[in-house]
Amino acid sequence: MIEAKNLNKYYGNFQALKDVSFKVEKGEIVGFLGPNGAGKTTTMRILTGFIPPDSGTARVAGFDIQTQSIEVRRRIGYLPESVPLYKEMTVTAFLRFLATIRGMTGRRREDRIKEVIHTCRLDEYPKTAITKLSKGYRQLVGIAQAIIHEPEVLILDEPTIGIDPRQVVHIRGLIQKLGQEHTVILSSHILPEVSMVCERIIIMDQGKIVAVDRPKNLSAGLGGMQRYEIEAAGSKEKILARLKEVRGVVKIEVKDEGQTKRYLVESQPGLDIRDELSSAVKDGGFRLLGLKSQEMSLEDIFLRLTAKEKE
Amino acid sequence: MRNIVVITGKEIRGYLDAPSFYIIISVFLFISGYGFGWSPATFMESSIQGFLEWGQLFLLFLGPALTVRLFAEEEKLGTLELLLTAPLRDVEIVLGKFMAALGIFSLMLFLTFFYPLLLFGFGHPDFGPLFSGYLGLFLLGAVFLSIGLFTSSLTSNQIVAYIMGSALVLFFWFIGQTEGLTGDQTFRIFQLVSVSTYFPAFGRGIIDSNGVIYYLSLVIVFLFLTLRSLESRRWR
Repeated sequence: MIEAKNLNKYYGNFQALKDVSFKVEKGEIVGFLGPNGAGKTTTMRILTGFIPPDSGTARVAGFDIQTQSIEVRRRIGYLPESVPLYKEMTVTAFLRFLATIRGMTGRRREDRIKEVIHTCRLDEYPKTAITKLSKGYRQLVGIAQAIIHEPEVLILDEPTIGIDPRQVVHIRGLIQKLGQEHTVILSSHILPEVSMVCERIIIMDQGKIVAVDRPKNLSAGLGGMQRYEIEAAGSKEKILARLKEVRGVVKIEVKDEGQTKRYLVESQPGLDIRDELSSAVKDGGFRLLGLKSQEMSLEDIFLRLTAKEKE
Repeated sequence: MRNIVVITGKEIRGYLDAPSFYIIISVFLFISGYGFGWSPATFMESSIQGFLEWGQLFLLFLGPALTVRLFAEEEKLGTLELLLTAPLRDVEIVLGKFMAALGIFSLMLFLTFFYPLLLFGFGHPDFGPLFSGYLGLFLLGAVFLSIGLFTSSLTSNQIVAYIMGSALVLFFWFIGQTEGLTGDQTFRIFQLVSVSTYFPAFGRGIIDSNGVIYYLSLVIVFLFLTLRSLESRRWR
């Protein structure tokens, strides 16, 4: 559905994209992950035809983004990072304008506006001026305009930034639902969010793609360790001894906090040893107060990736 | 064509929703009405000469004022990203916005039809100069609007766009009034370039083809520059 080949982009002397190539299959939800300035927005702007690449090319739905830009734009729904809206318009008027410039007319357009307002839970505000809506609802209007013309490809730049947690949950659900019918690309700098919603993650740093993988494989594939945090009461030495016997455990650190102690266990990646760990503690006659597996954070992954490059 | 109409419709609604528009229109009617009402030409010749003289001067202010918002605001709010990623050709966006400004300006001219109606009510005005006078004002307005649209496309700052637009408009107006300041040769060239040279003929009832063609060419040149400026932001 989307195929980018060797995209390069300079802003003056600054190279924002360095040979970026990737593919997105039809119906996939793909997340671009990376810190600010990694090139996520630039990549999206190139795909939507807002700016051209300095070299390289991309095809969306079989059309070249430079020579067949209008055809590409017809097939893309785009939510820019800043969520630009004509704030003096009402929600309905705004959606009507955007539907119209994307070629919709008459009955079909009006029905679709109602449908989209319902999908995005804007039912209470069709006649409200956008300027009076809260940040979260404006975000929803932004998503509504992106999907109004039933595009094949949805490109969402930071769709959940700066809104309250309840709406984040709603928007994530919405994106997953949209992913059933559309090809979706979204960007974020929050790892758990991307791994929750996306089937595949493209990690960018300093204008380059540094990793592409499924969320589950990411931390394992990077040679990282699986981590667990155990809270238990009882003799430190005996518990340590028992934990060390569990298969796959590589390293244990102890944090002393008075009565209970916390054990930070690292194990080989790709194994889930929570069951074994809890049995090890309980079978020894100690009280297990807490056990959780810790995902590798975005920071960890970045540190590993960038460290790898320097080697 | 349909896309142009959609953009024009959106912009005209934008004008009608903005309080500043009603201020501009009131000031325009006040000043042009003052020019009409106090001019001896109104009473002695039953002509709209007074209205034309004040009207043309007001256009120097009106051209940039009506158009300054059209691109600068979209750039500032980021909505230009929505327009430029919609399946619209750049030329459709430029023409749509220009047509909206021209439409609003035509509405303002329409409101001044009250003056000739008064003349018809109380005297026997010549129809020719009335028609050509309005045509001249319309064309001159179109030139200034296209200049304003161009400077609006250069920046996201409306004040900067307004100042640049005014500077260009004033240049094209006053360069023809520099008699004695420059050599005769230079002055003659300046006169050819200046839009003010061609205007008086319209007021006298003469539709001068040089004037019409020059005004229309300027409109086309500035619309073309606007288009280039819009395209260039894709390449920055």
